[in-house]
Amino acid sequence: MELRANVPDGPIEQKWDRHRVELKLVNPANKRKYDVIVVGSGLAGASAAATLGELGYNVRCFCFQDSARRAHSIAAQGGINAAKNYQNDGDSVFRLFYDTIKGGDFRSREANVYRLAQISVNIIDQCVAQGVPFAREYGGLLANRSFGGAQVSRTFYARGQTGQQLLLGAYQALSRQIAAGKVAMYPRTEMLDVIAIDGRARGIVVRDLVTGKVSSHVAHAVVLASGGYANVYYLSTNAKGCNVTATWRAYKRGAAFANPCFTQIHPTCIPHSGDYQSKLTLMSESLRNDGRIWVPQRAGDTRPPGEIPDAERDYYLERIYPSFGNLAPRDISSRRAKELVDAGHGVGPLKNGVYLDFRDPIARLGRGEIAERYGNLFEMYERITGENPYEVPMRIYPAPHYVMGGLWVDYNLMTTVSGLFVIGEANFSDHGANRLGASALMQGLADGYFVLPYTIGDYLAGQRFDQVDDRHAACRDTEREVGQRVNRLLSAKGSRTVDGVHRELGALLREKCGMARNAAGLQEALRTIPELRERFWREVRVTGSGAEFNQELEKAGRVADFLEFGELMCQDALQREESCGGHFREEYQTPDGEALRDDERFAYVAAWEYAGAGNPARLNREPLTFESVHLTQRSYQ
Amino acid sequence: MNLVLHVWRQAGPKLPGRFERYEARNVNEHMSFLEMLDVVNQGLLQAGHDPIAFEHDCREGICGSCGFVINGSPHGPLGDTTVCQLHLRHFQNGDELWIEPWRAKAFPVVKDLVVDRNAFDRIIQAGGYISVRTGSAPDANAIPVRKENAERAMDAAACIGCGACVAACPNGSAMLFTAAKVAHLALLPQGQPERLQRVLGMVEQMDQDGFGNCTNHGACEAACPKGISIDFIAQLNRDWVRAALSYAPHEAAEGAI
Ligand SMILES: Cc1cc2nc3c(=O)[nH]c(=O)nc-3n(C[C@H](O)[C@H](O)[C@H](O)COP(=O)(O)OP(=O)(O)OC[C@H]3O[C@@H](n4cnc5c(N)ncnc54)[C@H](O)[C@@H]3O)c2cc1C
Ligand code: FES
Repeated sequence: MELRANVPDGPIEQKWDRHRVELKLVNPANKRKYDVIVVGSGLAGASAAATLGELGYNVRCFCFQDSARRAHSIAAQGGINAAKNYQNDGDSVFRLFYDTIKGGDFRSREANVYRLAQISVNIIDQCVAQGVPFAREYGGLLANRSFGGAQVSRTFYARGQTGQQLLLGAYQALSRQIAAGKVAMYPRTEMLDVIAIDGRARGIVVRDLVTGKVSSHVAHAVVLASGGYANVYYLSTNAKGCNVTATWRAYKRGAAFANPCFTQIHPTCIPHSGDYQSKLTLMSESLRNDGRIWVPQRAGDTRPPGEIPDAERDYYLERIYPSFGNLAPRDISSRRAKELVDAGHGVGPLKNGVYLDFRDPIARLGRGEIAERYGNLFEMYERITGENPYEVPMRIYPAPHYVMGGLWVDYNLMTTVSGLFVIGEANFSDHGANRLGASALMQGLADGYFVLPYTIGDYLAGQRFDQVDDRHAACRDTEREVGQRVNRLLSAKGSRTVDGVHRELGALLREKCGMARNAAGLQEALRTIPELRERFWREVRVTGSGAEFNQELEKAGRVADFLEFGELMCQDALQREESCGGHFREEYQTPDGEALRDDERFAYVAAWEYAGAGNPARLNREPLTFESVHLTQRSYQ
Repeated sequence: MNLVLHVWRQAGPKLPGRFERYEARNVNEHMSFLEMLDVVNQGLLQAGHDPIAFEHDCREGICGSCGFVINGSPHGPLGDTTVCQLHLRHFQNGDELWIEPWRAKAFPVVKDLVVDRNAFDRIIQAGGYISVRTGSAPDANAIPVRKENAERAMDAAACIGCGACVAACPNGSAMLFTAAKVAHLALLPQGQPERLQRVLGMVEQMDQDGFGNCTNHGACEAACPKGISIDFIAQLNRDWVRAALSYAPHEAAEGAI
């Protein structure tokens, strides 16, 4: 497999502008002759579908929820970055670029990250014009806050509901195109395969989640915007439906999967409280702007927090990282929390958390100001835990949250399959080995509003297409395969529930391929996962039929894919004999416990190629070269 | 703790439904209501029975997927809380709970507790947006917005589209949902050019989809998990009257409108 990144020539500041001039255009009158499929209606999918519809393409957009507005992007809390420098604190496109590439521990493609930083400013303009009610100052201008990994204040936010407001903006733009007849929306429809004809993606096979009907949709290009796979860990901050299915099926049709082991564990989530737990809840990272993180200095200290005097508290992030303090990046903050909990400093009934304390900011700013900044987050915390964070410190612990890995794409966001594009969290993204806060929303909207609509036109204009409809043999074959798989899931008639198996897989991966990994553990996981997968197919019990609304069947299909994907994740983690960002291999660390990169051997994107059932996936490497930044060891001290 | 559940089971839209009795045994007070249903469902599955269908996704009170009626209250007894964020510590051991789907003409049942809320999407499609072409926006700080307006717009925009307001309303009206979107956009300068056309379009669609009229019961506000204020309905009514009386699509209007 050849990995051609297709990065344009020229100085980094000019690449995107030049490229846009060079991209072929589709004549406005011809756009309506092209059909484009968009899978997903999150920030990436909704913004792309709306923009493509507005440009004149015929768009069909799919999501598995009952409405496009419910995509998981809705849950993002903290904010979205942009290099506006409205605070006049020294921000610039270059600084945002640099922070993002450094935050990603130098494992992303430089040109893509620069483009992202450039486009960030247009996103805010677009969203404000759509009516996104961002937070404002008394003078009527936009307000900003700081986020982890940055020393400037460049994060735009709408209370603790930034994702909701951005998504509603995109959903409204999408609704406008639906009303105009340019986008046909298919909610409650799950994509289960890609249709490839003559080496190009020409459509998808879907299952109608209400009637169970399996059918094909053909088009001239397919865009996947299906989000991330953090639910492979079972417990994560993602919505329950988040899955790897769309990208995994594309992988099996020839799209390379890049850096699957790059997953992000978010430092501020509510700790696990019992076996019944179905998900973990994120407490926005913005809380670290004011909240102070600490644990009792003495391991096993069971005094209530209020009785532990300051001198006996360890404000460990402030101690170890004096210049970033509580705003140290996510991977680093998470690892430090894990180490202290493992060493017996954990707090709470299960001793599995650290404190995030608002005592001092409340004293300094007053309760009213804290309520204005974080009121809804405090309420959410209290609703879940029954504790009032104005009075007792929050308890937090890291949880799987986001994935940097995803399908490999070139500079034009196209995979190794012609005509198959991937945007948003589903691609291997611009975040390298670790994503900084408030930059996923930025990337999803950059891809959907401002990159893909140009690059897909270039692809379409350069192709000749045969007339194809859903009676084509490739459609029939793919539909048959999908149908067989559904039947196989229904026919096992064993005694284990889908959730039971998923929990087992999740626990294994959290342990062996989570916040810290080592060769022995990964090898063990690679032995265990195939066994678990086999048991799943033998022992799982899915009730009902395929010809009806069947939530258990939906879940079973997703877990079946996670059971295959988990193996690739461990394989990827095992081959990467270095630590970088969220990928922490215990064997490779500096004396003070920071990630030790090996740029000589591992400055590449690992792009895995499917080699057929039963064969090990093949590793392809896209070397990463850096012209505009120096590779340094990340330091936040 | 133990709970007794009477859950509405209905295999499909046109099929008859009925309450079935289940016991949730040894459940933990820290569980969410949906986690309790997960436990009941695991038991049903293990016995080879069809699990209870209910809608959910984020389980954080923001996506608006979840929602059903518990003992007559949409999203259950706790104010300002979706059912996915409702924890069992708010119930007593031995409580008997009647659980049923949203009941409204415009929301037909899909299965058990799951209903079809696409009518909400159609209301937004009828004008619940600002027409702005991608890439054509002026600098975000070019038009200052009074902080109070931005805050109030955000209060309205916090609606999660769950449908509890419709389920709570004796008339099955979607007025609170519609008013929240109308107000969100009407409070911002960017929303002015299409303001009157928007309110007419959305209200008309609401009627077409079979939602009832608003007779100011206020049950919607009480049921709303996001605390959306009924004052927005008054604002919608003012805009609607003004639009109906004065709106002429092809004529220039006074001032900002
Ligand atoms: C709790 C939480 C808080 C966050 N906060 C922030 C933040 O403050 N700032 C930030 O920058 N980022 C944040 N993130 C990350 C960010 O929200 C996500 O990375 C981003 O929203 C992903 O957008 P997306 O459009 O790629 O995918 P999603 O929003 O996940 O959308 C995926 C879409 O694909 C559809 N889909 C998936 N599979 C299929 C299939 N097989 N068939 C059909 N449709 C399918 C779904 O229906 C959905 O419409 C947060 C994430 C979480 C979990
Ligand atoms: S599941 Fe998302 S609001 Fe309840």
